[in-house]
Amino acid sequence: MAKRVSLSGNEAVAFGMKQINPDVVAAFPITPSTEVPQYFSQFVANGEVDTEFVAVESEHSAMSACIGAAAAGGRVMTATASAGLALMWEMLYVGASMRLPMVLAVTNRALSGPINIHNDHSDTMGARDSGWIQLYSESAQEAYDNLIQAVKIGEHKDVQLPVMVCYDGFITSHAVENLEMLDDEDVKKFVGEKRIAPFALLGQDPVSMGPLDLPNHYFEHKRLQAEAMKNAKKVILEVAAEYEKLTGRKYGFFEEYKMEDAEVAIVVINSTAGTAKHVVDTLRAQGKKVGLIKIRVFRPFPAEELADALRNVKAVAVMDKADSFSAAGGPLFAEVRSAMYGRVDGKIVINYIYGLGGRDVTTAQIEKVYADLFNAIETGKYEVYNYLGVRE
Amino acid sequence: MAIVFERPKALLDVPTHYCPGCTHGIIHRLVAEVIDELGILDKTIGVAPVGCSVLAYDYFACDMYEAAHGRAPAVATGIKRAVPDSIVFTYQGDGDLAAIGTAEIVHAAARGEKITTIFVNNAIYGMTGGQMAPTTLPGQVTETSPYGRDVNTAGYPIRVSEMIATLDGAVYVERVSVDSVPNIIKAKKAIKKAFELQMQGKGFTMVEVLSICPTNWGLSPNEAIKWLRENMIPYYPLGVKKDITAGEVK
Ligand SMILES: Cc1ncc(C[n+]2csc(CCOP(=O)(O)OP(=O)(O)O)c2C)c(N)n1
Ligand code: SF4
Ligand SMILES: [Mg+2]
Repeated sequence: MAKRVSLSGNEAVAFGMKQINPDVVAAFPITPSTEVPQYFSQFVANGEVDTEFVAVESEHSAMSACIGAAAAGGRVMTATASAGLALMWEMLYVGASMRLPMVLAVTNRALSGPINIHNDHSDTMGARDSGWIQLYSESAQEAYDNLIQAVKIGEHKDVQLPVMVCYDGFITSHAVENLEMLDDEDVKKFVGEKRIAPFALLGQDPVSMGPLDLPNHYFEHKRLQAEAMKNAKKVILEVAAEYEKLTGRKYGFFEEYKMEDAEVAIVVINSTAGTAKHVVDTLRAQGKKVGLIKIRVFRPFPAEELADALRNVKAVAVMDKADSFSAAGGPLFAEVRSAMYGRVDGKIVINYIYGLGGRDVTTAQIEKVYADLFNAIETGKYEVYNYLGVRE
Repeated sequence: MAIVFERPKALLDVPTHYCPGCTHGIIHRLVAEVIDELGILDKTIGVAPVGCSVLAYDYFACDMYEAAHGRAPAVATGIKRAVPDSIVFTYQGDGDLAAIGTAEIVHAAARGEKITTIFVNNAIYGMTGGQMAPTTLPGQVTETSPYGRDVNTAGYPIRVSEMIATLDGAVYVERVSVDSVPNIIKAKKAIKKAFELQMQGKGFTMVEVLSICPTNWGLSPNEAIKWLRENMIPYYPLGVKKDITAGEVK
């Protein structure tokens, strides 16, 4: 029987990790993720899990130790945020290209500089091309659910990739919510007692891992890695279906909120979706046909499915809680607009960069975005690349 | 009336964010007094770490650079090389210096960078809420060692001063403490000597200061001072670990 509990996002993730009972957790503390390894180290000290916990000296070593443990066939998890994720950068690419499933819980926090501890998505957006699967979570419930599904997705024989589970720093990591947790036994059954590694150090066959790969094979290996990411799309949906059977909670690539007859839509990631849903309800009560899409799976990017979901709207605003400094728009915007190109042309697609460094986003601001969309449809006049809530 | 005691000019007249009883404040003051006494405020550049002293740039009156976690000695290297007649110091905690920044401190010392490091060792990651650091003592309770540091799984503390003293580029390394007035006076002398040797262009200098973290040790400031004296000083013996000028006639 699932149980209802009141937990913060970090507690939910730490308890999820306890239920998963990984072989190795190597971590280094960083706000606002610190509590995850901290709670977990207490489970280890109390003998509530069988995990080897290693308090390493940096995130670079945390990810390196995780890679070593995964190369040896272990089930491996860790947690970080912001500069910690940035310091893992080199190893993120190594872990993904070596096709080592691992689960990394990221509490999204702004990247330095300037140094800032509050939420935006510059950390994981910066890691978007590292080869990791990225699942985003609106709430503590979703962070927990994504964490458990992440193990199964990453370890699937057709995928064999590491997975990042992302949720907003402080907003989700520290706020306490009511949520439903699975029974320990159900989690165990769902993820399987042990990771089954097709190859590992001291596995069935002799191996050398992480070797030099020059022009005669490097490209083919990268091609296979890309194929694994494509395979992940199917597996993510299969795992979600199985999870739904267990919990009744439905997960896909993204959530569509009041999109059936929507004329305008916002596309957004993580906790801002909660604020935006409230605005959708308010505007719907006024008879305005507004909708929302909340992205759950950013890597692999569900391009076709997303374009299809936007087939009937006239105008879309993509809200990015990270800038890409491309001088052409934020990262989510670039993906969404390119997904639409050639599939659902002729729409107005605009971008808002918002909330950098933890700047609050208000319902009034989101209402303004919807108003801008209606205005753009009416007048045909609009700016593509906009900032929301910044002093100019 | 003669003024016998005043706020050092190198320390700004602002309240700090440090917890009550925290000795970071005393160490700031010692550094500031030394800067005043040497008359180098206008050519000193401080490099602040990530840790509880992350806001040191709000407290010191000299120019300051706030470095990424652990990178202060590397950043200080760049500053000193670009402005060789500046006086450059880093102010770093044990997490910053002895965990994530171990490579930077070792190599700045090995290269004999003409900078001064003030290393504040409180045996814990203070800022992030009290997790085990490489300097945490065997048996010490922290958030990530709830039953005390177990050396079988978490290994042993690093004695950074002794380690740095083995490097030829380090000219002066001393460990001091701020647990008592006599020790505070010694600490100041050590900091002053480190700055002076930097000014003479001798090489890398470091002063490790044993410091308390009442908040994360879960002790009152008085108890924390006692704990430092009874536990830290035996593991981290005070004194000069390296001084290439020892025996030189002044
Ligand atoms: C790359 C990176 N990893 C982790 C952190 C989180 N972090 C901030 S302060 C700190 C520990 C500081 O401890 P210490 O240097 O001992 O200073 P104290 O607060 O004890 O004075 C950590 C791990 C960070 N800011 N950047
Ligand atoms: S947490 Fe510890 S080191 Fe930091 S200011 Fe408070 S007492 Fe000082
Ligand atoms: Mg410390």
